[in-house]
Amino acid sequence: MKTFRIGGVHPAENKLSAGKAIGILPVPERAVFPLSQHIGAPAIPVVEKGDRVKVGTKIAEAGGFVSACVYSSVSGVVNKIDNIIDASGYSKPAIFIDVEGDEWEESIDRSSSLIKTCDFSSEEIVKKIKDAGIVGMGGACFPTHVKLSPPPGCAAECILINAVECEPYLTADHRLMLEKGDEVLVGVTLLMKAVKVKKAYIGIESNKPDAIRLLQEKAASYEGIEVVPLKVKYPQGGEKQLIDAIIGRRVPPPPAIPINVGAVVQNVGTAFAVYEAVQKNKPLFERVVTVTGKSVLKPSNFLVRMGTPMKQLVDAAGGLPEDAAKIIAGGPMMGKALANLDVPVCKGSSGLLVMTKAEARRSEPQPCIRCAKCVTVCPMGLEPFLLATCSAHGYWERVEHEMIMSCIECGSCQFTCPSHRPILDYIRLGKGKVSGIIRARNTKK
Amino acid sequence: MANKLIVSLSPHVHNGDSVQRNMYGVMIALIPALLVSFYMFGLGAVIVSLTSVASCLFFEWAITKFILKRERTTIADGSAALTGLLLAFNLPSNLPLWIIVIGALVSIGIGKMTFGGLGCNPFNPALVGRVFLLISFPVQMTSWPVTGQLLSYTDAETGATPLALMKQAIHGDTEALGKLPDTLDLFLGNNPGCLGEVSALALLIGLFYMLWKKIISWHIPVSILVTVFVFSGLMHWVDPDTYASPLVHLCTGGLMLGAIFMATDYVTSPMSHKGMILYGVCIGFLTVVIRLFGAYPEGMSFAILIMNAFTPLINAYCKPKRFGEVKK
Repeated sequence: MKTFRIGGVHPAENKLSAGKAIGILPVPERAVFPLSQHIGAPAIPVVEKGDRVKVGTKIAEAGGFVSACVYSSVSGVVNKIDNIIDASGYSKPAIFIDVEGDEWEESIDRSSSLIKTCDFSSEEIVKKIKDAGIVGMGGACFPTHVKLSPPPGCAAECILINAVECEPYLTADHRLMLEKGDEVLVGVTLLMKAVKVKKAYIGIESNKPDAIRLLQEKAASYEGIEVVPLKVKYPQGGEKQLIDAIIGRRVPPPPAIPINVGAVVQNVGTAFAVYEAVQKNKPLFERVVTVTGKSVLKPSNFLVRMGTPMKQLVDAAGGLPEDAAKIIAGGPMMGKALANLDVPVCKGSSGLLVMTKAEARRSEPQPCIRCAKCVTVCPMGLEPFLLATCSAHGYWERVEHEMIMSCIECGSCQFTCPSHRPILDYIRLGKGKVSGIIRARNTKK
Repeated sequence: MANKLIVSLSPHVHNGDSVQRNMYGVMIALIPALLVSFYMFGLGAVIVSLTSVASCLFFEWAITKFILKRERTTIADGSAALTGLLLAFNLPSNLPLWIIVIGALVSIGIGKMTFGGLGCNPFNPALVGRVFLLISFPVQMTSWPVTGQLLSYTDAETGATPLALMKQAIHGDTEALGKLPDTLDLFLGNNPGCLGEVSALALLIGLFYMLWKKIISWHIPVSILVTVFVFSGLMHWVDPDTYASPLVHLCTGGLMLGAIFMATDYVTSPMSHKGMILYGVCIGFLTVVIRLFGAYPEGMSFAILIMNAFTPLINAYCKPKRFGEVKK
């Protein structure tokens, strides 16, 4: 079985909610839509206080090419445009909507019938995707239409669908494949058409044998789609790792991107959103979210309207456990710890993980014993111990030379460190500084 | 919300590994060799190893508490006990107590704590102690008891080690190689020597344990053993009367102990796999050079200490292969 070739770790999988069918979460009383749910320029509001909106009404327009519009997931009245602390911990502007009823825009096809045929041209598909506000649903939230518009001089050769879900605990993509397999596959054909390629690979880790079997059966009737079972290893869902695992090509260090080796990587959740946007005229305002944790009463997968406060998800899964000490938006390896449960579900919210006090405890760091385990597990072939130490001392030139910008922040180094050193904390500090230095240098030119 | 939430950056989980787990893991890997030493050298081995471990622990505790004045001592992390055990493995079983205590003081005091304690020392502390003793007390450090004297300590009868016989052969004694014990005896440990180094078999069991538990990687031990085998094999092939066979080289002296436990010391060995192999090849080469052409019969300790000094340089030049990097 295939996998990526450098480094990697094996965190305990803990896929507690894998057997739980996707439930539908009730519409919230108030929904909050941050204007920055994606990488790039924030969206610009097109509604004002007091405006009435329906489910699927555009409430904010993309603020540039690398940006995405935002749609309302509820019907009701705009209450205010104000700041809210989102999953990143920063206070950012958002649109607050008080919910009244559940009235949908008429243009949206709400039937469950599968539509396979599509007469749109590539450009029309990309435009539809852009208009629907679709971003990478795996968590990175990079606007999808940008990835589907190769820069001049580059041509896509194949689409890679990331259905790896290598983060422990998360099962949202797994359930989506099991329950919406055909929709996902149609979405993949649309993506293939969008970038004009004849081949698509769907990478699934072998811990999801049912999804592999199902998609393999279904894919037989779609031309050019191949399901590739992958050996379980974290961080296989990393874009560069997935390309290495499936087609054996390695993306050169930044500023190179996957398209430089002819690959376009999209998350399986994104493929589903593309299906809904193109075939059903439904913009992105819903997604599947896993709510899980060892002390959570009912670990579940929910189809959630965006803007729903996280608290409602926890309540639906049996309430906040007594011993909850840390709540993470996303998985345990790369997710973000939340300061409170008022944070709304966004386009990139793949899961909500509740950790107990015992699990959340960080051990006291001990001196680095130079065991080289961080070097062995680093999937980018870096020397995390060196980057962390040099960042701690402020040697910015040195860390740039040691390729700190290649770091994908997967956390394998810190996960493995026997001395429990906060390696990635320091590397993030260094990355922030170095990217500032690089930006300053480029503007000077 | 009544209770406050913890907010920290990812990753939020850890694989549960710790410094202690690795240190005690190495100690577990040393158990087979320790048992062989008890079986071969009896009381002497017990006294030497206990004294060495106890005095290393004492010096680590005393130095952190009274000289460095740190709030917490670090003896619980297992590194001092491991240094003590490895030092004992590098001593003959009839060494007087006071010499062992001096060795422990040099190991922990000069080899480790002067540089700031665990993780900061450039040289392997146990080897610093051993080489200090070897140079300061050459007579006591090079008279090894014959195996099987279970109840004797400093009064044990001593005999020539295989390495000494091999050195005599190089100096022109044509009968010396013939007096070597059977290679199987050398492999199992039935020959005079330092207490931990005699049994290649027991040390190899330790190696496999450490590889299985992923405490060390194969790069350093394998590159040392292969280099020694190839280089000494070449010399043996050129002149079999003067130079002993490569198998004898592998099974004698501190070679296995050095390759498996001393050279693989985390703190003092290179960080990248490429660097580890270069380091191992150089250690193997230097060991054979010292054994065949140097003044000392054994070269392992010196080879490792010399290469320890080169570790920062190796780290600076042997970088791991970066993802996607193209050769210019």
